[in-house]
Amino acid sequence: SSCEHKLNFKKSKEVCLSYIQDAMLQKQWKRAAEFLTFYVESLEKDFSRQDVNPSEMIWRIGAEILWHHSHGSVKEFNSFIEQMKILSVKRYLKVCLEHVFHLLCHGLIDEAYQTLSLAESWRFGEQTAVQDKEIKLIQAYRGLLDYYSWSKKKNILLEYGECQDGFDDLSVEQEMHSCFRKAAVNLKEIIKVPGVWDLFVKCYVDLLEFYGAHNEARQVLNEYAYNSKFPANPNAHVYLYEFLKRHGESKKSLISALKILHDIVPSHELMIDFNTMLQKSKKRKNRRLGLEVIFAALDYAGWKENVKAWSCLARQVKQIVISEKHLDWIKQEWNSRKDWWPAFHFSRYLAKRNWQKNESLSYEKALVAGILLGKECKYFKYVSHQGCKAQMKRFRVLKKFVNKHSLVYLRISG
Amino acid sequence: RDFNECCAQCSEVNWGLTDGGRFYCRSCHNVTERTREVVNTDFILNTRIQTISKGLRKQKKNDGGCEWYVCEGFQLILKKQAEALEALGVCPQMKDEILCNFWRCYLQKSQQAYCNRPAVETAKALPVWDSSTDVESEPERSSLLHLLSLSESEGDLQTDCSFASSTSKVSESTSVCSGSVDGHLYLMKNQKEKLRMTMPMTLSFCYMALLWLREPMTLSDLLRFVVEGHIPYLNVFQHFPEKMKLCGLDLKIFCVESWPVYEEVYNKMLELAAFLDLPRFPDITDSCFLHPDMLCMKYLMEANLPDELHNWTCRVVKKICIGDADFLTLVPGNKSKRKVKYDVLAAAVIVVVLKLLFLLDDHYEWLLSDFAEERNKNNKEGGPYFEFKKWYTVIKCCLDVEQKRLDEERAKYLWRCEKPLFYSAKKKSRVLKRRQMVVNLQNQFGKLSGSVQPAEKPNPSSFQLSWSEENTDGSCFHGQSLKGILQEKCGVLTAVNPDYWLCTVKLCTEKLCGHLAHYREVDFPQSYHFVLRLFSFLLRIQPSYIHEEVCVIEHKLFNKKLCKKPKYSTVLRK
Repeated sequence: SSCEHKLNFKKSKEVCLSYIQDAMLQKQWKRAAEFLTFYVESLEKDFSRQDVNPSEMIWRIGAEILWHHSHGSVKEFNSFIEQMKILSVKRYLKVCLEHVFHLLCHGLIDEAYQTLSLAESWRFGEQTAVQDKEIKLIQAYRGLLDYYSWSKKKNILLEYGECQDGFDDLSVEQEMHSCFRKAAVNLKEIIKVPGVWDLFVKCYVDLLEFYGAHNEARQVLNEYAYNSKFPANPNAHVYLYEFLKRHGESKKSLISALKILHDIVPSHELMIDFNTMLQKSKKRKNRRLGLEVIFAALDYAGWKENVKAWSCLARQVKQIVISEKHLDWIKQEWNSRKDWWPAFHFSRYLAKRNWQKNESLSYEKALVAGILLGKECKYFKYVSHQGCKAQMKRFRVLKKFVNKHSLVYLRISG
Repeated sequence: RDFNECCAQCSEVNWGLTDGGRFYCRSCHNVTERTREVVNTDFILNTRIQTISKGLRKQKKNDGGCEWYVCEGFQLILKKQAEALEALGVCPQMKDEILCNFWRCYLQKSQQAYCNRPAVETAKALPVWDSSTDVESEPERSSLLHLLSLSESEGDLQTDCSFASSTSKVSESTSVCSGSVDGHLYLMKNQKEKLRMTMPMTLSFCYMALLWLREPMTLSDLLRFVVEGHIPYLNVFQHFPEKMKLCGLDLKIFCVESWPVYEEVYNKMLELAAFLDLPRFPDITDSCFLHPDMLCMKYLMEANLPDELHNWTCRVVKKICIGDADFLTLVPGNKSKRKVKYDVLAAAVIVVVLKLLFLLDDHYEWLLSDFAEERNKNNKEGGPYFEFKKWYTVIKCCLDVEQKRLDEERAKYLWRCEKPLFYSAKKKSRVLKRRQMVVNLQNQFGKLSGSVQPAEKPNPSSFQLSWSEENTDGSCFHGQSLKGILQEKCGVLTAVNPDYWLCTVKLCTEKLCGHLAHYREVDFPQSYHFVLRLFSFLLRIQPSYIHEEVCVIEHKLFNKKLCKKPKYSTVLRK
């Protein structure tokens, strides 16, 4: 509201746009649609000096409104998006891609495929670098849909292969192979471009593995994970690790794959596997790493109630204490945590809660607490008391163990 | 045109029309006594008039268009506007006599028509009137007066809008970059001395005619009607005949991309009146609508203020002599006299009266309101006393709602129309496609929004806010009494409030900064700002204009005190 009584075309449309934006932020789609009807005439200006010109605004806003509006149907959206394609030559491919996404969201795979094919064959003027990229993207998505077809046909073959006679087998199989070829070509191309292509990589690797091209698959995954031009991506390492595991690769290579994952995402769920693997290792440095890994994982709130993680830690701590070697490892790890882990993990409140909800959890934690903080610590006292009261054998054993090593905590806390 | 007699002197049939409306023979310049009465007011394509010797106006090649001049376009627009004004209740004289004659005078002065050498490019133009002494013997001014007089004349008022422009030879110089013949000329800079016609100027013409006739429509009313769509302005070129094709530079001339601005229209009107050498306008007397006493009454009603305040506005008007005909009447060309904006003046008077009675310093008016409330409790006979607080509540609520509605209307304002414009023939198909797309999108999203296209404009009304005494919720304050804030002194009712604060101690020099005073909201009390905002809304102008006028009035009102005390003093005892 203002005392402005002047108005020109440009200002009028700016004001209109702000009303649209307000309505969209408040999810008032009808109101947004209403104001959009008054905004669209800004297309009729011959020129636009703004960075984002009206046609792009209208495309994005209109698409958003149609998506959310309860009465918006696929048909409506199609008719709208076709107009948007005409509107700007530079944006044609992008608009096509958006169209494809919407079709996929509605489950219209075939229509999406058609749209992609149509877009792929579109050319305007000279190929600019941007168009190149966009075409690649379109081809990649088509490749993805080809993979999807391939996958369906493969499942058909696997399920019914034995029952059907030769002819049908053959045609389906041939189709399957043709899908594979189409998919492989496009997927291979896109993953060469630095970026995040998780889905594409997975699909491509799946294809390669099926056809036995393991080396190429490994190469692809290595590239994806280790090429510095690509953005740091934890999933890349996960895929590589899973591949290596599938193919029974050496522990060494598995460990090196997971190590990077630990560096990037210490709280990753694979850390449990990692720790388990490392604990078993004969190499000292691996076991040292294992301790580091499990402590690091438990720094995260999401792991607080993870029994497996605590049992890994408990096991390793117990083993170290019994062997009386490498207590300094624990000391090192505990040093940076002793100020806050007690409140974070071992409060009396948590003791009660853990005991009530999950007694295995409390068992494992109690062991760790008892060693790290001594037998007088709240957590250990409460849990062991409860456990002994309930006459659970393992808690009595636990109590004995901690009592036996009750002075360890002094050495650890230094 | 119907005159086919042979000329008495040279026996030729080659007639033209003088300014005075008499036929004269072009071959021998014999002026007859025959005059011409025309009833036809339609725009006539210049195919018929005075073309006996020249042949028909050339048709353009392909598109069925014809040659046309920019001023013909404007003439059409003015005619449409005048018709719309007539439909709003303005007397027909405005269109048929006043506006038409102003326009022709303008054409003559700016040498676009009715003159010796119309300002069109070709050097080979045959003069329509050459140095005939008959025509030019009349001093221009008196002939103009003759035309403008409201009294009946000998039927020499022409209303056909024909053009005695130069010859068909002009067609060779028709520019490709405008549909009109002289579009490019129009935009050339050297036209400035001749007061080039623009779209906002059409409104200046209209207002000038309204003012001459002292019609009950202020400039702010006129501009509001324009924005609301009751007077053709935006996209008026839609009404041009098919044959008048617009393209290229014509767009820059006729295409409107912003709402008309009060100051601009007003100043152009003054320029125009001086340019046309108009005499003193008809006097604005106290029975005229534009007189501050009348306008104040109107605005007081609209602002839902007590009628009794009118006494006070009249007193102020009288005291500073702004009710005099000499002050109010427009005398074109008189640079020393400050020109009057009637609507702003009336609003400012009301603001001053409110300040006199309520002080409006964010404290006193509320105290006074409580005081009136107290007195109201004991007030049994007569109507209730006016309480500022109650008024403020009602008006603020109303103003907020209306302002919000206005803001949304601004956002929803549609600028384009069905008739598309394009710079050149090449762009035509693109423009048409775009138009189609816009219409499709409007339909699609219009359906989604579930709203019906608002096809009807609201009925034009002089009053934007109306309050009825029949409302039992007490939201109408017209009939309320001011006694609650007045006291009797020496048999005269005076305000309880003894103080006054000046908006500014010293007025600016208009020549230096263009204004006499400047307004910043933060520098003034909120109640004052509220009152300004109210009238700013009613008049659709910036609060600073009203504020400026308030300053001027205050300086007149307290002139003696200001002159006496050289010391700086912002609070005066009245």
